Amino acid sequence: MVFFNYVARRFALALPTLFGVSVICFTLTYLLPGNPAMVKAGPFATPEHLAEMERQMGLDRPFPEQYYRYVSGIFKGDLGESASTGRPVSQDFLQRLPATLELNLASLLIAIVIGLPLGVLSAVHRDTLVDHIGRVVGIMGVAMPSFLTGLLFVYVFFYMLDLAPSPLGRLGSGIEPPAHVTGLYVIDSLITGNWTTLRSSLHQLMLPAGTLGLSAIAPVARMVRSTMLEILESDYIKAAWAAGLPRRTVIYRDALRNALIPVITISGIVFGFLMAGNAVVESVFSWPGIGNYAVTALLTKDSAPIQSFILFVAVTCVMVNLAVDIAYGLIDPRIRFS
Amino acid sequence: MTEMLEISDLTVHFQINQGAIEAVDHINLTIRRGEILGLVGESGSGKSVTSFAILRLIRPPGRVVSGSVHFDGIDLGSLPEEQMRRMRGAKIAMVSQTPRTALNPLLTVGRQISRLLMVHAGLSTREAEKRMLEMLRLVRIPAPEKRANQYPHQLSGGMCQRVMIAMALATSPQLLLADEPTTGLDVSIAAKILDLLRELSAKTGAAIMLVTHDLGVVADICDRVAVMHAGQVVECAPVRELFHNPAHPYTKALVRSIPRVDRDVVLEPIPGSVPSLVNPPSGCRYAGRCEWAMDRCRVSRPPMVEAAPGHVVACYGFEERRGTC
Ligand SMILES: Nc1ncnc2c1ncn2[C@@H]1O[C@H](COP(=O)(O)OP(=O)(O)OP(=O)(O)O)[C@@H](O)[C@H]1O
Ligand code: SF4
Ligand SMILES: [Mg+2]
Repeated sequence: MVFFNYVARRFALALPTLFGVSVICFTLTYLLPGNPAMVKAGPFATPEHLAEMERQMGLDRPFPEQYYRYVSGIFKGDLGESASTGRPVSQDFLQRLPATLELNLASLLIAIVIGLPLGVLSAVHRDTLVDHIGRVVGIMGVAMPSFLTGLLFVYVFFYMLDLAPSPLGRLGSGIEPPAHVTGLYVIDSLITGNWTTLRSSLHQLMLPAGTLGLSAIAPVARMVRSTMLEILESDYIKAAWAAGLPRRTVIYRDALRNALIPVITISGIVFGFLMAGNAVVESVFSWPGIGNYAVTALLTKDSAPIQSFILFVAVTCVMVNLAVDIAYGLIDPRIRFS
Repeated sequence: MTEMLEISDLTVHFQINQGAIEAVDHINLTIRRGEILGLVGESGSGKSVTSFAILRLIRPPGRVVSGSVHFDGIDLGSLPEEQMRRMRGAKIAMVSQTPRTALNPLLTVGRQISRLLMVHAGLSTREAEKRMLEMLRLVRIPAPEKRANQYPHQLSGGMCQRVMIAMALATSPQLLLADEPTTGLDVSIAAKILDLLRELSAKTGAAIMLVTHDLGVVADICDRVAVMHAGQVVECAPVRELFHNPAHPYTKALVRSIPRVDRDVVLEPIPGSVPSLVNPPSGCRYAGRCEWAMDRCRVSRPPMVEAAPGHVVACYGFEERRGTC
């Protein structure tokens, strides 16, 4: 019951943020290049035709009314129409979303699988070689722009070493996608036992996920390191040493478990960061996700997809933060019982 | 030998940018079997560092510069780390200065006690739980079955302190390092905790090193007292002797500052403050605050001399005055 209240309270706190996000995205309609009526009416429309179009689209109505129509449209799944594909943006989005999710989750996994142990080792062996190497790797990961890492990876692993496939999409040529369950090829082909597709999709995923994951290793490792250091200095860890608990219990059970609480937050932040950062990587690897879609839209001044992409990233961040808060409550008894 | 713990010439430094903090400086201390030794001194005089040094838990930037600690005849300094770990918590246990924060916030208090029993006494989960509940009862925690399943933040400070004591005593240690076990607790709870310590020590035969800055507490339960000032032991004596014949000016000041019901005086604070422990004065570290200070006090460090049987003190002023009467 206490926990339910906690979740409800967190949820209520997320609402104002979502409202703010929707207002900003709505305002973007007027800031982005290209009058939507003009885009729809085409380049050769007469002024009368344009005015008629604006009236039809409700662009002559007062702002609050337009905002209301915008928000209720979103709730009905209406995100506007893409001028270049001529299809509703929501349809394009749904189709591309699994590709993005698959890439981002894989990157997050890589960032955590490498960043977490790196952070722990750096903290436990503070100011030794391990710590310094970790720092250098982290700085490189952050300092290198993703498109450069991506191109470098393609050059080395595809062109020179021939270890990776050509950077063109989610599956090798001639490979059929697996039956649709979640839309994530790796998972779907696992579920349906389609090994050829599984291999091909993992193979294709390797470089883009590596590129995107690399940029997130450093934030994860730094965060783990600093929390671990703080916790290793805490009274209860000192007491745990004094109580003669074995080293692995003190470090990997007591300290790490306490350090994981902030790490969950960073995972949430990193996921949002990846969501925004994937646009570049998706373009480099022709990954058919929403980031790539947004970049294409940006180049063609197609405003509805851009606006929707921003809305989507923002809402995802809010939702992820909500999920993080709830995960907190599950791990930390201080929240669960107060 | 009846000495259970023998600290000889122990020195601990902390390296910081401005130099070395000489937190503990050439101290000698002994604790006998079943004895309660009080270690008193102002904040920053090196009491906690001494306790951690006994457990060999001084970590960088700290370093044990010299000295040895013998426990039951064993030189702890030369013990392999794994054997030293088995000593901690099992033979020498510690009750921390900060009960609330010294418990792991993510584990139930019961689990924190029982896992120690599993690690040190090799008990099974069930045996450990049973003994854990016994321990909670022993330290008089009401409704132990319920409390055992609670987390530290759900317990009061006094309750956490009892849990810490239960935890420290669960493995029947021979020596208990109790670092200000009553700070932050209100007077009546503090008194109960002290009674409990004395009673448990009598029951289990454990020796206790009671770290405190409160001489009143010492008078209550200790057999002997060592007085620390700025990282040095300046006087050590049986408790009655120390209260009736304090020899060191610092001890005299401490004794004078104890509030007493039978004496209608305002508390006299000790003048001055602990000198900097980074490059401290080479002579007596109390010289800057001492009414007896002489030239030689500032030049060399006063040696430990016997004032009475079992009563030692390091003070030139004392030696001089004794000579005259
Ligand atoms: N980790 C550390 N790094 C640097 N200096 C330290 C460290 N731990 C202790 N010291 C120094 O050692 C000195 C003695 O500290 P200690 O904690 O032993 O004092 P104490 O007598 O226990 O005081 P209190 O009554 O406040 O607990 C202090 O001057 C402190 O600055
Ligand atoms: S040695 Fe000198 S300065 Fe130090 S306490 Fe004794 S009289 Fe005072
Ligand atoms: Mg202390």
